[in-house]
Amino acid sequence: MKSTKLDWLILPILGILIVLGTWHALAGKKVVTKDAQGEIVSEMRQGAIPALPNIIETWDSCKLYIMEPFAKRGEMDQGILRFTFYSLGLVAVGYTIALIVGVPIGFCLGLSPTFAKMFDPLIQILRPVSPLAWLPLGLVVFLEAGKEAGTLAALFTIAICSMWPTVLNTAVGVRAVPQDYLNVGRVLKLSRTKTLFKILIPATLPYMFTGFRLSLGIAWLVIVAAEMLTGRPGVGGFLWQEYNSLIYEHIILSIIIIGLVGFVLDRLMSVVEKKFKSAL
Amino acid sequence: MAFLELKNISKSFGGARVIDNVNLTIEEGEFVAIIGYSGSGKTTLVSLVAGLLKPDTGSLTLDGKPINGPGPDRGLVFQNYSLLPWLTVRENINLAVESVFPEKSTGERDTHVTRYIEMVKLGHAADRLPKQLSGGMRQRVAVARTLAIQPRILLLDEPLSALDALTRATLQDEITQIRRTDNTTILLITNSVDEALLLADRVIALTPGPGATLAEPFAVDLPRPRDRKTLNHEPAYKHLRSRITEQLLSFNAARKTTLTKKLILPDILPEDLDAPRAHRPPRRPGEIKEATIA
Repeated sequence: MKSTKLDWLILPILGILIVLGTWHALAGKKVVTKDAQGEIVSEMRQGAIPALPNIIETWDSCKLYIMEPFAKRGEMDQGILRFTFYSLGLVAVGYTIALIVGVPIGFCLGLSPTFAKMFDPLIQILRPVSPLAWLPLGLVVFLEAGKEAGTLAALFTIAICSMWPTVLNTAVGVRAVPQDYLNVGRVLKLSRTKTLFKILIPATLPYMFTGFRLSLGIAWLVIVAAEMLTGRPGVGGFLWQEYNSLIYEHIILSIIIIGLVGFVLDRLMSVVEKKFKSAL
Repeated sequence: MAFLELKNISKSFGGARVIDNVNLTIEEGEFVAIIGYSGSGKTTLVSLVAGLLKPDTGSLTLDGKPINGPGPDRGLVFQNYSLLPWLTVRENINLAVESVFPEKSTGERDTHVTRYIEMVKLGHAADRLPKQLSGGMRQRVAVARTLAIQPRILLLDEPLSALDALTRATLQDEITQIRRTDNTTILLITNSVDEALLLADRVIALTPGPGATLAEPFAVDLPRPRDRKTLNHEPAYKHLRSRITEQLLSFNAARKTTLTKKLILPDILPEDLDAPRAHRPPRRPGEIKEATIA
């Protein structure tokens, strides 16, 4: 295929159209049978996956949520962007906790072989644990908190799941600090704090930002699970509630929004990351 | 009492003895150049003096006091400059000054830093980052950073080896000038005989490793200031130069005798593509039946 200047635009659109077409073809369709008087005899859905709403149905059903993105009609009936902001707020707090806890752990792992030997196996074991497993534990830990237990458990889950890339990347970054820079510190007899802030942290920043970007991706991934299980208002909670109320169109809307927000977050972080990489 | 004294220094890495039984004394104000092949342990030697490495055997003393670790009394200029890339020229130097002279006020520190930036003629580039400087400018910053901590002895570890010939000459002149004004004791590590003879009072060759040690020193009693152009014609210079080169070559010959390798060339001759192809010329040395010997 000949490449043209507009490939970057045309090809992705083509890809999206193919997927949308496949979806529409597989999705169900409402078939209404009427008798001679025009009375409805039966209503049924037909198609390869009868329960899956098609594009037109999805649009009709979601229009209101997209057109009035910030409306608040009820606790679980709000504009989609309003829900997104609730979720983003929760992610922001959980992610910040993850960074505040993760960076020092990463530095300890990178600086002290003893610390690394002590905790590395534990980290390798805890790292693959799913958010769905951490959340119930969080609920138990914050049982005393009463009404706030759900929020605290969600924050706990986001923090602990999204922490690992930051921890591991920081540790790798600290170990990769060129010996020359450390020698400069030794020859000049820099104090420990000076060595940390003038040499170690600046030299590790590019690695840390790679960790931050991966962590943010995971934090956003976790939010859906956390909201589902705690029933908080948010884009994930909305998704689960609409599944329970049999409004399947809104599941699709939620998925698309979650994907778009995740994509935008990743782009933003990679811009910041590049800034720090090119600064050196 | 010698100013810097190394006695029976040896250092091994992973069982391989890099430096063996090195003895060296340097008087205060003396300029000593150590010359040797790359990989002969020059950087190891200077790292030992700087205190970045600890010797396996022997002792090092500076002004009678044993050297136990790195310290600002020995100013090391690294081979690869080792400027911190996230700090500007001024910040790089200031970091050193701040750490070595904590008693100075901010204003005093500023004047101090500015003085050394001016000394290496980088006033116009004081607020630039290292990546915005050329190799020669970076090395000057590294020199200024080291001089700014006012070390008792200056350790130069092949400071000019990564630079082009012209920049190298300029920096050599600057080192001479700094030497003349401050009368600092200098230990220069180099791989250039000319550089050593131009700058130093005494030139010592390091025998190639493993187990490198110092050979007999050559006293360089050429008058100062030494001029690169006239030096080349001076008989004393030429004599010293050939003696040092000879010594270095003899090390190399001693090392080469242990290497035996038979060179096998492919049986192919280069072909002239422009030549008319009336008859096929021989393509292999084996095909040539007769040869004209001029």
